[in-house]
Amino acid sequence: MPLITYREAIKQALSEEIDRDENVCILGEEVAQYNGAYKVTEGLWEKYGDKRIIDTPISEAAFSGLAIGASMLGIRPVIEMMFMSFSYVAFDQLFNNASFCRYMSGGLMNVPIVVRGPANGGTNVGATHSHTPENLVANHPGLKVVCPSNAYDAKGLMKSAIRDNDPVFVMENTLLYGEKWEVPEEEYTIELGVANTLKEGLDVSIITHGRCAMIALNAAETLAKEHSIDAEVIDLRSIRPLDEESILHSVKKTHHAVLVEENKPFCGVDAQISHLIQFKAFDDLDAPVHRVSAIDAPQIYSKPLEDWQIPNETRIIESVLKCLA
Amino acid sequence: MASKVATKKSRKKTFEKSEINLKLSKEKKIALFKTVVGIRRFEERSLQAYNQGKIGGFLHLYIGQEAVAAGIVSLMEENDHIITAYRDHGHALAVGMNMNECMAELYGKYTGCSKGKGGSMHYFAPDKRFWGGHGIVAGQTPLGAGLAFALKYKNIKGCAVCFLGDGAVNQGSFMETLNLVSLWGIPVVFVIENNGYSMGTSLKRSSAEESLAKRGEAFGVNWDTCEGHDIFEVRHKANEAMSYARDKVKPFLLEIRTYRYRGHSVADANHEKYRTKEEIETYKKNKDPINLLRKKLIADKTLTEALAKEIDQEKKVEADTATKFAEESPYPPKTEIITDVYWSVDNDEKKQLKGTYFFND
Repeated sequence: MPLITYREAIKQALSEEIDRDENVCILGEEVAQYNGAYKVTEGLWEKYGDKRIIDTPISEAAFSGLAIGASMLGIRPVIEMMFMSFSYVAFDQLFNNASFCRYMSGGLMNVPIVVRGPANGGTNVGATHSHTPENLVANHPGLKVVCPSNAYDAKGLMKSAIRDNDPVFVMENTLLYGEKWEVPEEEYTIELGVANTLKEGLDVSIITHGRCAMIALNAAETLAKEHSIDAEVIDLRSIRPLDEESILHSVKKTHHAVLVEENKPFCGVDAQISHLIQFKAFDDLDAPVHRVSAIDAPQIYSKPLEDWQIPNETRIIESVLKCLA
Repeated sequence: MASKVATKKSRKKTFEKSEINLKLSKEKKIALFKTVVGIRRFEERSLQAYNQGKIGGFLHLYIGQEAVAAGIVSLMEENDHIITAYRDHGHALAVGMNMNECMAELYGKYTGCSKGKGGSMHYFAPDKRFWGGHGIVAGQTPLGAGLAFALKYKNIKGCAVCFLGDGAVNQGSFMETLNLVSLWGIPVVFVIENNGYSMGTSLKRSSAEESLAKRGEAFGVNWDTCEGHDIFEVRHKANEAMSYARDKVKPFLLEIRTYRYRGHSVADANHEKYRTKEEIETYKKNKDPINLLRKKLIADKTLTEALAKEIDQEKKVEADTATKFAEESPYPPKTEIITDVYWSVDNDEKKQLKGTYFFND
């Protein structure tokens, strides 16, 4: 199986879907002639031309809204946010119009758009460019959101997102773009709402999503080697819809849960998951649910401190040890 | 280069004699009259229900502006689409939505056009190429551009008409959108329904340049202005704008000066404080779009006084019947709260969807 980068996997998904459906097009800042700010769309403009790969001015509200309007007439736009942080200047379009038009029309319409782009910190760019708004998206019924942690998932989830008839946010990660994973050559998709058990274990369930899943996997190996702790790692992949069954199944087996995410803790995704576990698996818990989130402050610029602010292996191991103490 | 569209200086031109209006058959002229009267009677009846406490929420009345929506909708061709903001009853009735579904929506009833999920500001009729009904000022403007983008993408000749108010021109999303549609050659006509007040703030107090359409020049968008009380003028100017958008595949900005008799919404109790009673009465007396149309249609023998009265009565009865329909209709069942949220959930007949979509304990 070929080893390809997360970036290449997304590009393959976009390219295959453009080939499959004439209504799929890509809009965003620098996506065409510049080849993408993070080179995700490199070569696509040359291959598909102006109609399918469209450079926009720096006007997130306008091109997001335009994509929503176009989708009402059957176009399936994939819009790139150079950083998911920039979705905030298109907030009304994405969080009112994309999410609620179907509802407010009593189901007369749907909005098949994909909003994709990197949503992560750890890149030494300060607070305005380091948002992880999957919790905000998940707080808006009508929207769906996925957070692929590796190249295989990125491709499979992206293809499903593009084929989905509802608006889907795909939260990517700049720190993963250059990392490689095995991705099959034959076509596949990954359904939304299905978590992935990255490592089975008996002592504690580490429930996580996005790049944190990869960090948690490393932490689990260290826990096994140095502390003889057999951790299970559940990668949610999809936040809304959410695979509650996999979470509960794992917690009922290990009786311990440590939740890891890059969100800030207050109203983060894991606040909901923590509630789910106490509500539906209360009697199975041998310890309180523990959380590792970004330290609760705006993202700091200074690199060594930012690396400490977002979840890392050390903090995950500390949290697991506390949970099992 | 973008410019104000050249029009003959003689403002005395009678627009009913322009080509697009000469094409109107007697039946079509009567239909236009029925539309404007219908909008007025529907809204008066809805106001009564609101004052009786039978409907809640916001109620942004279109009374005084009827000729704009009715005139422009009458020009829609088979591939044209429209979208507007929250003052949407007139547009909805003009495209042919019926009073029953519209009134029931105000009552929050299951028989409403959005099953009671949208309310006054959120009427939709995609089958009539009417895409809302949007609650946030200027939020609909990029959507309107998107409808027109889709036409161009699919090589369909047509245009989208996106209505907005004079307050919306000061929102960033509209200015971003004007740039985008000009840059890409998108066949959208933005119609600014300038009623002089963005909520309680007069045009003078909200816009540095009082010619709103002139802003088009900054973006290379052709523009024109129009008076909104005469439906024949609206049709004449809007036809030029829509034909331009369809034929040239380019945007157009049309500012229509109109007037609303009521407040920003019914909850706006101050509307006789930020403007004088005389101002309202003078407009009603001299420029009421319905009176003006009636006079013109009687003068050209399309209507008789008797027929005009009969139509008026017919529309009153229709509005009363709609009210009765709304009152007698059921509220949506509680199970409806979580339907129409996701297409995929609503269409999951085989129960194949994975994961949890709703997080209710």
